[in-house]
Amino acid sequence: MENSNKRYWKGIEELTNEPSFVKNIHNEFGNMPSESDSKGEALVDGSGTHRRDFLKMLGFGVAAVSLAACEAPIKKTIPYLNKPVDVEPTIANWYASTYTDGGEYASILVKTREGRPIKIEGNKLSAVSKGVLSGRAHASVLSLYDNEKLKGPQIGAKAADWAQLDKEFTAKLAAAAAKGGQIRIVSNTILSPSTKKVIAEFTAKYPTTQHVVYDANPAYGLTQAHGGILPSIDFSKAKTIVSVGADFLGTWVAPTEFAAQWAETRRVGSAKDGKKDMSRHYQFETILSNTGANADYRSAYKPSQEGLVVVSLYNAVAKLTGAAALAGAAVKLDHLDKAAKDLVASKGASIVVAGSNDPEVQKVVVAINALVGAYGSTINTGVAVNYRQGNDMAMANFIKEAGAGKIAAVIFYNANPVYNHPMGAALAAALPKVEVSLATNERADETASLCQFIAPDSHYLESWNDAEPKTGFYSLTQPTISTIFKTRQAQSSLLTWAGLNGDYATYLERNWESNILKAGAVQWKNALHDGVFQPNAVSISTAVPSVDANAAAAAISKAYTANSTGLEISVYEKVGLGTGSQANNPWLQEFPEPVSKACWDNYASISQPTATKLNLKQGDLVKVSAKGYEVTLPVLVQPGQAQDTVAIAIGYGRTKAGKSADGVGVNAYPFISEINGACVGTCTQGVSVSPTGDTKDIAQTQTHHTVMARQAVVQETVLGEFVKNPQSGRFNPTVATSEGKKDATDLTLWNGHQYNNHAWGMVIDLNTCTGCSACVVSCSAENNVPVVGRQEVINRREMHWMRIDRYYSSDAEVEDLKGLEVASDNPEVVFQPMLCQHCNNAPCETVCPVLATTHSTEGLNQMTYNRCIGTRYCANNCPYKVRRFNWFRYYQTDEYDFHFNNDLGRMVINPDVTVRSRGVMEKCSMCVQRIQEGKLTAKKEKRRPVDGEIQVACAQSCPTNAITFGDMNDPASEISKLLAVEKEGRAYGVIEEINVKPNISYLMKVRNKDVKKEA
Amino acid sequence: MNRKNFTLVKFLFSFLFLFASTYATLAQDAAEGETLFKNNCAACHSSTDEVLVGPGLKGVGERRPIEWIVKWVHNPQAVIASGDKYANELYNKFNKAAMTPYPNFSEGQIKSIIAYIDASNAAPAAPAAGAAPAGAAAPAAAASSGGMMEVLLVGLLVIMVFVLIALLSIVSTLSKLSAGEADSEAPLMKRIAENAKKLAANSAVKTGIIIFALLLGGKATIDAAYGVGIHQGYAPEQPIKFSHKLHAGQYQINCNYCHTGVYEGKGANVPSANICMNCHNAIKRESPEIQKIYQALEKDEPIQWVRVHNLPDLAYFNHSQHTNVGNLECKNCHGDIEKMEVVEQRSSLTMGWCIDCHRNTDVNAKGNAYYDKLVEVHNKDSKTPLKVQNIGGLECSKCHY
Repeated sequence: MENSNKRYWKGIEELTNEPSFVKNIHNEFGNMPSESDSKGEALVDGSGTHRRDFLKMLGFGVAAVSLAACEAPIKKTIPYLNKPVDVEPTIANWYASTYTDGGEYASILVKTREGRPIKIEGNKLSAVSKGVLSGRAHASVLSLYDNEKLKGPQIGAKAADWAQLDKEFTAKLAAAAAKGGQIRIVSNTILSPSTKKVIAEFTAKYPTTQHVVYDANPAYGLTQAHGGILPSIDFSKAKTIVSVGADFLGTWVAPTEFAAQWAETRRVGSAKDGKKDMSRHYQFETILSNTGANADYRSAYKPSQEGLVVVSLYNAVAKLTGAAALAGAAVKLDHLDKAAKDLVASKGASIVVAGSNDPEVQKVVVAINALVGAYGSTINTGVAVNYRQGNDMAMANFIKEAGAGKIAAVIFYNANPVYNHPMGAALAAALPKVEVSLATNERADETASLCQFIAPDSHYLESWNDAEPKTGFYSLTQPTISTIFKTRQAQSSLLTWAGLNGDYATYLERNWESNILKAGAVQWKNALHDGVFQPNAVSISTAVPSVDANAAAAAISKAYTANSTGLEISVYEKVGLGTGSQANNPWLQEFPEPVSKACWDNYASISQPTATKLNLKQGDLVKVSAKGYEVTLPVLVQPGQAQDTVAIAIGYGRTKAGKSADGVGVNAYPFISEINGACVGTCTQGVSVSPTGDTKDIAQTQTHHTVMARQAVVQETVLGEFVKNPQSGRFNPTVATSEGKKDATDLTLWNGHQYNNHAWGMVIDLNTCTGCSACVVSCSAENNVPVVGRQEVINRREMHWMRIDRYYSSDAEVEDLKGLEVASDNPEVVFQPMLCQHCNNAPCETVCPVLATTHSTEGLNQMTYNRCIGTRYCANNCPYKVRRFNWFRYYQTDEYDFHFNNDLGRMVINPDVTVRSRGVMEKCSMCVQRIQEGKLTAKKEKRRPVDGEIQVACAQSCPTNAITFGDMNDPASEISKLLAVEKEGRAYGVIEEINVKPNISYLMKVRNKDVKKEA
Repeated sequence: MNRKNFTLVKFLFSFLFLFASTYATLAQDAAEGETLFKNNCAACHSSTDEVLVGPGLKGVGERRPIEWIVKWVHNPQAVIASGDKYANELYNKFNKAAMTPYPNFSEGQIKSIIAYIDASNAAPAAPAAGAAPAGAAAPAAAASSGGMMEVLLVGLLVIMVFVLIALLSIVSTLSKLSAGEADSEAPLMKRIAENAKKLAANSAVKTGIIIFALLLGGKATIDAAYGVGIHQGYAPEQPIKFSHKLHAGQYQINCNYCHTGVYEGKGANVPSANICMNCHNAIKRESPEIQKIYQALEKDEPIQWVRVHNLPDLAYFNHSQHTNVGNLECKNCHGDIEKMEVVEQRSSLTMGWCIDCHRNTDVNAKGNAYYDKLVEVHNKDSKTPLKVQNIGGLECSKCHY
């Protein structure tokens, strides 16, 4: 397969060559900041400056310099009074802890400097999360320093102290309980066994208490189909993976864990004896999800067909295995029969997952998995997973009871159902009927602000806690900073209100010693040090849950139709922002969504043909209404999405979360419908989309640069070709010379560099990169990358040092315009992490007039901020467009109100990395601060650095290990070994033909598709 | 060189080596003892006969048998409890202040401490073991010679100007004489003055003087501008009149005792109040300056010291790289701290100052496996020792990131 017959494009604008896009192709920096842009800081900022302003500034500058020369600024240095023994200023301390947010779990290591957490990394000791974490877990450290959280308890809307709150609340609670009034504790999934015990203590004191659990993005159907538990899923054992609407690499249940397992099945090697087999991944879905973008075969269906797609898949499998077919209208989908064939062929190593929350759909999926022998291999019911414990029925029942005035008291334990439950509006209306209401939420959010009391819980980095993500696997959370505000752990509050000692730390330790560690070999201190306590062996059960597939199919036939014609809404979760619990986190708001590459908004995403049919363009503001609920949001044209569907993301439209979140996007939770007793993220009846005539720009990062018709940016092949020839899809550029054609990389003007010490380099495997973008957040946290906000992203001035380029492609010929248009309905997708390539013949270095960017003796392309005068020649000359310019001072400026303009928010800043000022260029430094630190540690111990000891932030945070970083001069290093093999195989440099000799190599993508027959 | 000679040379060399290594062992003992003493004992004991918290240790090796000293150092309370007469007398003499036990010291280490005490008393003027690396003195020398050069140049320039004026006046006198202006009977002085007047009226000379003045003024401005932000000699008043001269000079307390991070971390660290309390809960309690520490502790308000050495945020400097890996002495950059009553910034802390040192300093590569390959590669095509600049010590992102 030659590469040149494929056309890659980054966005619809590029495909259709829209005028606005064409205009911007050669205008890399967007519009120059204008006066109106600079938000009143023209004089100070140097932008839009007039001659007089200039003179004023000159005068001021001279005065300032002479003043500075006269008097030395006095700087204080304030040591501890009593320095803790293990805290040494300027040396980082690491603590094992656990990140939980509802049902999200990751065992983590927290890096603290001078007693403040500044970075979250994965804890490799955990057998559950295995050191991988999502972008949200990385970003959670910024949420700790959110100035808009509650500073202390509140009664009504007034600040109170804890003693007062305890007194008033317990008095009211006791009064309600004395009358026999019903008490409810409402929470999201609680992973902590000790917290559950605390709730049990509370229930013992107030026996009318019931604990209602719900999830914002539930897996109730999956739980119901498995008799009340979630089974363990292991994709790493799968040869055939079929997903019906489950975005398991992005948002479904435990995406980072699944991504790591999935990647194991996708890794291949170019060596003769290298791994040459891959899993085959089929995805059937409505939206183009992050998982769908990584699938080998993919096709789209409408939400109203979902149940019948599963039934059709069952019937296709049943036909091959000889089982009886289920009743139900057949849905014709591309690749469905092929998927069934592969599932049966790899029996015992196959798995089907479905994203639907409908229990009946999940029951049919159980039946398929039973047919293909998934239980006991890829699915294990022997170890229950606790990530989703929500009970949709119980929650709906609670809201109905509250509305009927049957509830006397309610405690919202870190839950915000008014915002994130489809019946939120009903609950908001019902709350005044509840006699006593309290929320332990960290801020006065949509739910808490309607409660009589707010008893704010501490952030998890300030708290003691534990978690049991899977049955028998425990982990501990320990505080890494004392409470910043006057908050109190919710567990302590519950214990206090139950009349017990509120010391939760001791309670936790006692509970562990008596119920978890049980005087075994592991001591409390060791468990706390490791952060995890887990069994050595995992029990595997081959038991298949008993389900009545026929009854399920009958229920499905009632609720779904094979051929509906109307518009339908699909409600989905975004990879970055998730369910919106951390919506006030600017890092997450500026997180470019892997597929749409949009940030700072949600939008009505529709396919190109549907847009044409409705006469809509990208950015048109439309009213979407259904079920009597209406929202106004811009259109985003999304290739690959099912026809006649509108997809809207949850997590947006917060009203009381804080400055970064409020008013960003619209709330999509109310569109979620009830099907077979569960909350299903679709709306199939009475959907209307009508244009308002207005437009709104969507802040998308991807379409900001183009590949300038270069051919070798993305390279790919299919497995069949790769097995025959590891270089099958490679593009080897040649240059015509007087001596005939020559390899482009053999011709150079440069002498090259000699690296005597280290030669740092990176290899990025396009086969295992899922585009999840956890690395983007990790990089921002490590390198103090500023958040610039929605308008600046639209102005194409985002600052991310690392971006994940997403390319669509199709097999149609470049000249075949009709063919291209058809293909854009269901494009293939490639994700390519793009960062400074640290070129050996760096084009940026030669054009800098002040030598602010130079080459190091270790192969790094160095950027010296204090030398940079901001000519931007380097960015202009960079073929990869990875240099970012500081148009403004993004910290300490109120216009950029993203936590870096207040003292609290700035506590997250990594003290080893300069905070860049206005007017300088910046880019990936290959985490030079980590390299320097690692080298220094080695020097102190009089040895060479060990491979893996020095890790850059992106490589370390990659859930799928797609990024390998190391010293290419060390023959024993992983990167050297990998390159030794792949140099003759998949490894290539992006735009090799210009021969800049990057220190970052990419490994060609291999799809497990059938080899195309020669025409 | 014939074979016989070669053997002889080899023999001589080996003898020399043997001698040197024996000498080195002795010196090493005292050196090890010095480090141990300064890090552990110097807070309470002096190596002379001066009494600090505990007795001066001069001649302790003769006063007591080594077995007793070892027992005492390992566990003084046990020796007192055993009813040892000397120990009890000592204990009572020093107001029953218990000495910290050092159970981890080996007998060899204690012996080397005694060796150090003896050595320091035997030769008080002898330089401390482990003199500064040769390169360390170089930058200072370079800086001072630079100053000398400037003075010389300016002096020469002034002389040249005088000579020029003299020559010009002679030339003009001579030319007038030769032109037959014999009537000039005026005295010599007057004629010179006249000539000077004429010279002053000459436009070429005028321009020359103006240009010269401008150049001089320009140079002075540039020099002054280079000085902006350089606070060499900065010696701010501190909230507590702490004297380094007393602590580091007279009592020889090792820098690392208070500046705990200096071998470990980026910052050397200003000591926390509890480190002061190690000694000052017993010593000079009544001093008003020490009272300030007590007050800080009582009020739970940290002491706000004034920072003397300020590097800009854009420059990354790590103490441990220089002290631990590079084995540089504190005084290389900080000057003679042990002579300073009030600490002042001795070095300019400019980038030029950093770079100069990186150009001239040899890498402390001996015995450090990190540098082995680098030294090997360097020695292949160079005869000069490996300098910091040879391993990237002048690169931007060694200090700026």
